[in-house]
Amino acid sequence: MIVADPKPFLQVKGYLEDFGKILVVGCGTCTTVCLSGGEAEVQILASGLRIAFGKEGRQKTILEDCIQRHCDLEFVTPILSRVEAEGVDAVVSLACGVGVNFLADRLGNVPIYPGLNTTFYGANAQQGLWTEMCAGCGSCIVAHTGGICPVARCSKHLLNGPCGGSEKGKCEVDPKNIECVWQLIYDRLKRLGRLDDLRNLLPPKDWSTASDGGVRRSAREQLYDVK
Amino acid sequence: MSEKGVVKSGSNLERVLSAGHFAVTCECGPPKGADVEHLEKKIALVKGYVDAANVTDNQTAVVRMSSIAASSFLVKNGVEPVMQMVTRDRNRIAAQSDIFGAYALGIRNMLCLTGDHQTFGNHPKSKNVFDLDSLQLLDVVRTIRDQGVVNSGDPVQGGIKMFLGAAANPFADPFEFRVIRLAKKIDAGADFIQTQCIYDMPRFREFMRMACDMGLDKKCYILAGLTPLKSAGMAAYMNKNVSGITIPEEIIKRIRSVQKTEQAEEGIRLLLEQIEEVREIPGVAGVHIMAIEWEERVQEITQRAGLLPRPQL
Repeated sequence: MIVADPKPFLQVKGYLEDFGKILVVGCGTCTTVCLSGGEAEVQILASGLRIAFGKEGRQKTILEDCIQRHCDLEFVTPILSRVEAEGVDAVVSLACGVGVNFLADRLGNVPIYPGLNTTFYGANAQQGLWTEMCAGCGSCIVAHTGGICPVARCSKHLLNGPCGGSEKGKCEVDPKNIECVWQLIYDRLKRLGRLDDLRNLLPPKDWSTASDGGVRRSAREQLYDVK
Repeated sequence: MSEKGVVKSGSNLERVLSAGHFAVTCECGPPKGADVEHLEKKIALVKGYVDAANVTDNQTAVVRMSSIAASSFLVKNGVEPVMQMVTRDRNRIAAQSDIFGAYALGIRNMLCLTGDHQTFGNHPKSKNVFDLDSLQLLDVVRTIRDQGVVNSGDPVQGGIKMFLGAAANPFADPFEFRVIRLAKKIDAGADFIQTQCIYDMPRFREFMRMACDMGLDKKCYILAGLTPLKSAGMAAYMNKNVSGITIPEEIIKRIRSVQKTEQAEEGIRLLLEQIEEVREIPGVAGVHIMAIEWEERVQEITQRAGLLPRPQL
C-alpha cells in the first residue's frame, strides 16, 4: 500500500487562508488503512479548521467527503460534480500524492492542496507502524536477494552486500529504527541454503525503468491501444 | 579477477607492493574550502615518509575540496595520492568522467568506496546518488582499464592505468560475510585493500586467517588500517559514535590510565605495538596509518616504527 503521514495542521491551514468554501476529501483505500486520510481523519481536520478559523472570527464553510479511491475516474467524478455544483473554492485532499495529482488534472480552475505527505510503499509491520518495503524501481531484483529488497530497504540501495555500517543487525543511519537489510538478506539466504548467491556480483542496476527514465506509464494491450 | 603479477598502473604504491616491501600509506584530508596553503602544509608533513597518501572524498559527508583536485596538488608536490572516490555523490556518468580527469592529472591509484551516508555530514537534507555501489565502481574502472570501454560498452579515447583499491571492514556485521565481501571486491577488480581501523586485534587475526584460507592474500595486497588515539576522550568517542569501530575497553583504560598530557604519547606507543603485531600477521602487505588531523606525527610514527626510509623504486 501507499503510506502517507498528515501534514502539520498549521501548514494545511496556511494553504486555506484565502478561501471561503473548502472541501476536505478523504480516500477510502491506502490512507484510510494507514490512519492518515480516511473518513475519521477528514472529520478531525475539518473540525480543526472550523475551530481554528472560528477562533479568529473568520467565517468559512468547511465541507467533508470521502471517496473509495482517488485514483480511479469512476470514484473521482462525483467529487468533480460536487465541487462545481456547490461552488467550492478550494479542495484539500487526504489521499496520497497520486490522488492529489489525479484530481488536480481534472479540477479546472479550482485549487487543490495536499493534506498529507506521501512517504513510501510499505506494509503494516505492527499495530500503528508501517515500514518501507518497495521502491517501485520497475525491474525487481529480489529473486537474487531472498525476496527482500535492498533497493528500498538499504539506506544506500547497495546491491552487493552490507557496507561497513552494519552492526548487530542494525543500519548506522538510524540503529534504533532501521534494520540492516543485508543482515536480513544474509540470514534468509542462509536459512534457504543459498548463501552462495551472494558471491555473484550484481551489475549496475538499470535505472531506466525507475523514475530516472522519465515519467512512466503502464498499459494493458487488451484494453489500451499501445502506441 | 585481480592478478598480482600484472602491472596495473605502475604507481609507486604498486611498485613498492609488487617488489615485496611492507607498504606504508597515510591520509591527507582536503581542506573545508579552497585553502591550498593548508593542503600543501599537510602534504609537506608526509612527504618522503609514506609510499602514497589517501585523499579522502568528502569523508563523513562533510563538504571539502574535491579529492581529484586535492590529489592533483599531491602529484604536483611530490606525494603520490590514492584518490578516494565515493558513489554517494556521483552517478556512473560523473564517476567515469571524473576518473578520466583524474588520470589526466597524473593520479594513478584510486580507492573505490560507497561513502558515508549524507545524514552524518553537514548536508543531511541532500539527495544521495548511489547509482553504483563500491563493487560496481571497481568493476567499471577495471573494465575501462583492461578492456578500454566505458560501462555502456563504448570505446574510450585514451586509456587509463589505475591501481585499484577498496576498503574492508572486518569489524562490521555479519562477520562471516566480511571475507566473502572481500573476495567479491577482489573479483570486481580490487588490486589492494585498506582495512577499517583495527583495535580488536583477535578479530582482525581471524579475518586474515579466513582471507588467507581462501587464498585472497595471493590475489591482492591487504594493508592493515590503523588510527592512533590522541586521547582517552577520542577513544571513547570513536567507540561510541563511529559505526563499525569497536575499541576494546582495555585500550580505552590504557590510554586513560596515563595523565592527559601523556595520552597522545601513549596512543602512539599503542600504534607502534599494533604496527609490530600486524607485520607478523600472514597476508598483511602493509599499513594504512590514518592519523586523523595529525599529519605532523606521521614522520615520527614511521621513524619509530622502523618504516623509514621508504623504498625508492
